[in-house]
Amino acid sequence: MKALLSFYLVVRRDPLLSVCAIFLITLIVLAAWGVEHTGYAATQISSASLQEPSRTHWFGTDIFGRDLFTRTLYGARFSLLIAAVATAISLFVGVSYGMISGYVGGRVDNVMMRLIEILYALPTLILVIVLVATLEAPMTQLMQGLGWTAIPPRFVLLFVFIGLTEWLTMARIIRGQVLVLRQQAYIQASFALGQSHLQILWRHLLPNLSGIILVYLTLTLPAVMLDESFLSFLGLGVQAPYASWGTLVSEAAGLINPIHSYWWMLLFPGGLMALTLLALNFLGDGLRDALDPRSCGRQ
Amino acid sequence: MSAIIFRRLLAAIPVLFIIVSLTFVLMHNAPGSPFSTERHIPAPIMAELEKKYHLHGSFWRQYGDYLGDLVHGDLGLSTQYRNRTVNEIIAQSLPVSMVLGSLAYSFALFAGITLGGLAAVRHHKAGDRWLMFAALLGISIPNFVLALLFIRVIAIDLALLPVAGWGSLDQLILPALCLSVPFVASITRLTRGGLLEVLRLDFVRTARAKGLSETAVLFRHALKVAILPVIGYSGPAIAGVLTGSIVVETIFGIPGIGPFFVNSVLNRDPFMTCGVVLVFGLFLILCNLVADILYFVVDRRVTMQ
Amino acid sequence: MALRDIAPHPRTLVLAAGAAALGLALFLTFFYTFGGWTLSAPADLTICNGDEPQTLDPAVVTGQLEGRICLALFEGLTTRDAAGRIVPGMAQNWTISPDGKTYTFTLRPEAKWSNGEPLTARDFLNSWRRALEPATASEYAYQLYYLVNGEAYGTGKITDFSQVGVKAPDNRTLVVTLNHPTAYFLELASLQTLCPVYLPSIQKYGDDWIKPGRIVSNGPYVMKAWRLNDYILLEANPHYWKRVPIRRIKVLPTRDANTCFNLFYSGKTDLILDQSSLPPTLLPDLRKKAYFHTNAFGATTFMRFNVKRTPFNDLRVRQALALALDKQDVVDKILRDGEPIANTLVPPGNAGYDPPRGLVRDVDAARKLLAAAGYPGGRGFPDVNLLYSTKGSASSGIATEIQALWARDLGITSIHLRGQEWKVYLNSMGSIDFDMCLSRWVGDYNDPQTFIDMFVSDGGNNDTNWASARYDQMLAQSESIPDPAQRLRIFHDMEKLLVEDEAPIVPISFMVGAVLYDPHKLGGFEPNFVDDHRWGDFYIPGKKN
Repeated sequence: MKALLSFYLVVRRDPLLSVCAIFLITLIVLAAWGVEHTGYAATQISSASLQEPSRTHWFGTDIFGRDLFTRTLYGARFSLLIAAVATAISLFVGVSYGMISGYVGGRVDNVMMRLIEILYALPTLILVIVLVATLEAPMTQLMQGLGWTAIPPRFVLLFVFIGLTEWLTMARIIRGQVLVLRQQAYIQASFALGQSHLQILWRHLLPNLSGIILVYLTLTLPAVMLDESFLSFLGLGVQAPYASWGTLVSEAAGLINPIHSYWWMLLFPGGLMALTLLALNFLGDGLRDALDPRSCGRQ
Repeated sequence: MSAIIFRRLLAAIPVLFIIVSLTFVLMHNAPGSPFSTERHIPAPIMAELEKKYHLHGSFWRQYGDYLGDLVHGDLGLSTQYRNRTVNEIIAQSLPVSMVLGSLAYSFALFAGITLGGLAAVRHHKAGDRWLMFAALLGISIPNFVLALLFIRVIAIDLALLPVAGWGSLDQLILPALCLSVPFVASITRLTRGGLLEVLRLDFVRTARAKGLSETAVLFRHALKVAILPVIGYSGPAIAGVLTGSIVVETIFGIPGIGPFFVNSVLNRDPFMTCGVVLVFGLFLILCNLVADILYFVVDRRVTMQ
Repeated sequence: MALRDIAPHPRTLVLAAGAAALGLALFLTFFYTFGGWTLSAPADLTICNGDEPQTLDPAVVTGQLEGRICLALFEGLTTRDAAGRIVPGMAQNWTISPDGKTYTFTLRPEAKWSNGEPLTARDFLNSWRRALEPATASEYAYQLYYLVNGEAYGTGKITDFSQVGVKAPDNRTLVVTLNHPTAYFLELASLQTLCPVYLPSIQKYGDDWIKPGRIVSNGPYVMKAWRLNDYILLEANPHYWKRVPIRRIKVLPTRDANTCFNLFYSGKTDLILDQSSLPPTLLPDLRKKAYFHTNAFGATTFMRFNVKRTPFNDLRVRQALALALDKQDVVDKILRDGEPIANTLVPPGNAGYDPPRGLVRDVDAARKLLAAAGYPGGRGFPDVNLLYSTKGSASSGIATEIQALWARDLGITSIHLRGQEWKVYLNSMGSIDFDMCLSRWVGDYNDPQTFIDMFVSDGGNNDTNWASARYDQMLAQSESIPDPAQRLRIFHDMEKLLVEDEAPIVPISFMVGAVLYDPHKLGGFEPNFVDDHRWGDFYIPGKKN
């Protein structure tokens, strides 16, 4: 919480970072509540196929005659959701793993780091494709059994596996930090005073790590969004009729040809996606500079 | 030093073994058969196919057969390209990806270090901000969008370069450019960051005391320090770029090994997938080793001065 | 600090330049030796063939794109002319016995392999034996099951090939005995499975025999080079019995539709053969261009129902969905290639065949049927899945549109789309693990049977759980009747049973091929129903041929 407050102060000082933060918050609000209020349904087809932006369709329409503005916000919903959930997973797994590895140290640390090396050597794309295909049927059964029918099982799998491709870097960095922090006097003192390992981890180490966690969080979000858009380009991400920015941009990319220009299809979802990633990267860089003057950045 | 290298290489063998085995297990359990087509295949034909491609019998038998072949350097047969062995496919496609990747990364190193240096020199001025904005843009746009836009503008509208294909020198330029963009962006940021860190510390002091020629020497020294994070970044990056980019190779119709990372899984071609995983793992381990050696060498020279 | 302050020492620059030059030389050498840099002359004709061929062994090939290359390299007893008619190939003439079961082929005297050796009837005999052999694992071996004892040999029940109905009494005569009269046998004889292969090569090189430098073929072209995912280079066969007008053909395996079109647009490729190689959004524009040519061919897109699952076990539901589907909307908005809608399974173009009317669109009747089945206005319709394959972009669009159309016209909102990767989709379809499945079928030859015999009761290609003893009876009947007109009448009744009375499938549209080429630059291509265009017939107009 202390970290969040300090970040708020940092952002407020720099006008560029404030713009980024406001932009992101507006986007989240629009994506969460705006889709139902645009006047069109996200999956409503019509005969107005591939129309240019006009007063009735602010962003134009796609090949099925669906309003692109609604689709873009609808896609924002999924993209942000996937980014948030996948990042949360990668954060949870990465931080826990890194903290345990760094804190326990010794042989356990060695083994855990070797495991990370092995996982680094695996091409994650292959893993994602195979695991999603293999687990889709059992996951469908599980979710039907539990009564969760709102989300397609494929999404849950995508959330989990995209998250699992990004936790390695986080784990390594956290471990590095914990190794350093562990040596500090107040940690030794706390242990001597009788606090359990868990209390030390939770009360002392985690707050000191929160800064770096937040920074890498803002830098993992764009990586996850790019991963998702890559999978959608290959046709392996979100399936029809759902949409994410990745699928919208892939559709638009497939429409680029020498004869016609369907510029609105690429400009709006693609532009919005690029702006979001830019904002996230800017925020991450700015926060990292403010937090850690020793790290590579401007001062 | 050589002892460390030898130990690292030896430690690589179990890593490769584990990742290939993991891939084999996953491919074995994935739904879908490598031989299925729209037309129904009668059971005896299916049995013959499985026998020919060593996919018959229990899992352990298949696994044992495969390990036995691996030890002899035989990566198996491809079920998708039925007259070809995995060795043959890799021998034909990996050099293509290596050519493209090495060209792209050489350019990325040259451009990235130059731009990073420029940005550091123009620090606190507009040039630095614009360069950093451009760098962030480079890693914020998905590379398939970039590639398609490049093709539309440069190859079709301006007709300066070929649209796609492989085999002549001008077909190298556009794909290498597209491939290099995210690396240029990252290397620029890293170089700039590293330079600023050093220059901030020593530059002000020395510039005051000595003359201009000393500044030049210091700058070169700072560059050596700033190179270190670039070397660390380059290890896995080079491994990735040499083993091909799926997106760039698909869009430009380049016969590299990149598309196999996705297509061999989609086609449920078990030996090709394992082969590709093996190649990637090998490259990663080797590139990381070289990067670590370089890091050590440069670091020692820097600290010795 | 100015830039000239940090400029390096001239000696360093010279060293750096030298290192760069050395690096460049090494790079170019590597590129030339291993990386595929070619300095060879351009080809006379460049063709975009849709994808990298899985194999080019004619006995094993099943795909259309592989078949095209095989049929440029190899030639069977018969072949097709540009209009798609069967004409003599390796066999210069043939006689058919009065009972329709025995064919006697006489090979032409100038029949040779590309290495100059003469081609004999024994070559055909041994090649057919190889195709039937279980060890070859040919998926099209069943095309030789029409021969006496063909199926027995192919399934391993007998191991003596001399019992199979094909004999080579002398070097130039081949006698084929069939189980029953087969009207389309001459068409089968033109397919790649029945083409001869050069067995000494196979014995010597095993699986590598198909590679350039080792392959010996008898068709209009020989293979000069084959680089995986890069190109295949074909050169005119000097020993072929006819003159081949185009000397060098380069075949590109480009997969991406936009890349294919860009290549054509920039003049790097002369002929695009598959509609899947054309971006669908461009089709309405392309149809107006002079270089666009359509080609109706024997293939149908349709929807399968799993008739064992609720609610598709109720005939009224199936018929309602069939009657309500706005197929024209799908064609106009999604496919955009002007292909005809389909109310029956067998595509038009089979001479003499009169198809039934099928279930023509009638939304009111559909709504009544749906209400009668217990789902008035679509209310209460159970959750069902619509399975489609995510390979290519067309299926996803069709499935999305169909889901929306049934929602619009029948009020059914409980249909969920289920897209699966190709292999998983095939798995689900084969094990009938779906409620509805978007499918397609391309005919093997120019006869309604190739479509009709899909839906026999235990057929491997049925995949609907639908079975009808009457349907099977009618098929057996059709096989024993020599009179072609009567046979076609039986097919008419069978199709009526299939698409009107029982409706385990809903036909959607008849696929249309789209081909791009400039008629001033390429001649010898004619649209034909079987979509079989032999490359040996191509020529460049105006050039001295």
